[in-house]
Amino acid sequence: MIEFLNSIQNSLIYKNFFLILSGLDNTILLLLISLPLGFVLALLFALGRVSKIILLSRTIASYIFVIRGTPLLVQIYLIYFGLGSVKFIRESFLWYALKEPFWCGVIALTINTVAYGAEIFRGGIQSIEKSQVESGLSLGFGKFLLLRKIILPIAIRKVLPSYGNELILMVKATSLVSLTTYMEMTGIARKIMAKTFAPVEAFIAAGILYLFLNFLMVQFVKYLEWKYNPHLRLNN
Amino acid sequence: MFKFDKLVFGDAGWGDEFLIATLMTLLVSILSMGLGLFLAIITVWAKIIQNRITRFIANFYTTVIRGVPELLVIYLIFFGGNAVVMSIAKVFGYNKYIELNALTIATIAIAVISATYSSEVLRASYLAISKGQIEAARALGMNKFSIFFKVISPQVIRHALPGIGNVWQITLKDTSLISVTGLVEIMRQSRISSNVEHSPLTFLITAAILYLCLTTISGRVFKTLEVNYSKGFST
Repeated sequence: MIEFLNSIQNSLIYKNFFLILSGLDNTILLLLISLPLGFVLALLFALGRVSKIILLSRTIASYIFVIRGTPLLVQIYLIYFGLGSVKFIRESFLWYALKEPFWCGVIALTINTVAYGAEIFRGGIQSIEKSQVESGLSLGFGKFLLLRKIILPIAIRKVLPSYGNELILMVKATSLVSLTTYMEMTGIARKIMAKTFAPVEAFIAAGILYLFLNFLMVQFVKYLEWKYNPHLRLNN
Repeated sequence: MFKFDKLVFGDAGWGDEFLIATLMTLLVSILSMGLGLFLAIITVWAKIIQNRITRFIANFYTTVIRGVPELLVIYLIFFGGNAVVMSIAKVFGYNKYIELNALTIATIAIAVISATYSSEVLRASYLAISKGQIEAARALGMNKFSIFFKVISPQVIRHALPGIGNVWQITLKDTSLISVTGLVEIMRQSRISSNVEHSPLTFLITAAILYLCLTTISGRVFKTLEVNYSKGFST
């Protein structure tokens, strides 16, 4: 065991650390596009899911069912390898996005997070007390105003902890995009491993960076919870 | 575009290969879920006994594994696992080269990931048992083992089943990542088949449908179990 620990050459971890750091911007780029897009779409999908139009609600329900029932890796491969093999897609304008592993990754991650996010927001919307909505209606709020002033603020702040979990899962999910030859942190760690034959050092260096990224994400979610749940603050 | 006729059984198609691959996915999921639950029990025990060192180790383990991508954990165990096993074997005086087979590595890797999720579920359901239950058992003179098996476990199982069901779904889907180690499960099989037949869409959709079937069926099983275990409770 001691020998094994000695064999983890500290200097190599240190060197790898900066190499992998150069992939951090690619990881963050994936998140910067797919997370905000996923948030907005998830809200829309959640509203569609709870709407009284049965066709819309059923369609979204089955979308959520399919996406949540299959692994993200299958979705990424379907978009990257699957859609790329169809001739008329290769000849259409879609090919400009689908030939890039980056955009395939963004599309797959967004599709995935929308399904999970919509389910989370649906829970939030459905847990709103009826009296809140009724008091809004009694004040003469229209549908849109009701949504903007009462339903969404209450729902979003209620589900912040579970949506925070989903955000962290998304940070971890970006590592799967490396399997489509996109060079983010995991991809670079793999390349380093293939070059140096020192797997432990490469992956520990990448792991530290992911832990740091997730730490930042947790702090961000904590800040949002603190900001939007003032009634739950302990010292006020 | 589609070559679904290639999914027949026998030499002409990939049907039987996919069947075996599905069974492999199920095998890895069940084995790693079992091993994961065992690890989770140890982790929970390390967290609830009043010992700073074990609690630190357990917290460190769950925080690190849950903060690092699953793929990275699998890579680490797949590429680094042999070195660890060999250095442990060296301590016992065994100096030959050891290579773990893909199934063992896959099971261990997924179990290590799944255990962190299970441990949170189990810990929450352990804390949900009221203290009076354990005190009452002690007052009746039950020893530690019978308290664990007759008082704590039945209640923990009932509280934890919905959460364990979720962990099972996550574990089942995580096994798709094992394909990077070369173990032929659904994901790997679909990549092999699509490379041979030049029709990725067909076989990836097949894989998606197989996963969907597995998650749906096992979801039903867990629902039935939940109903069964919460008999007599109005929850």
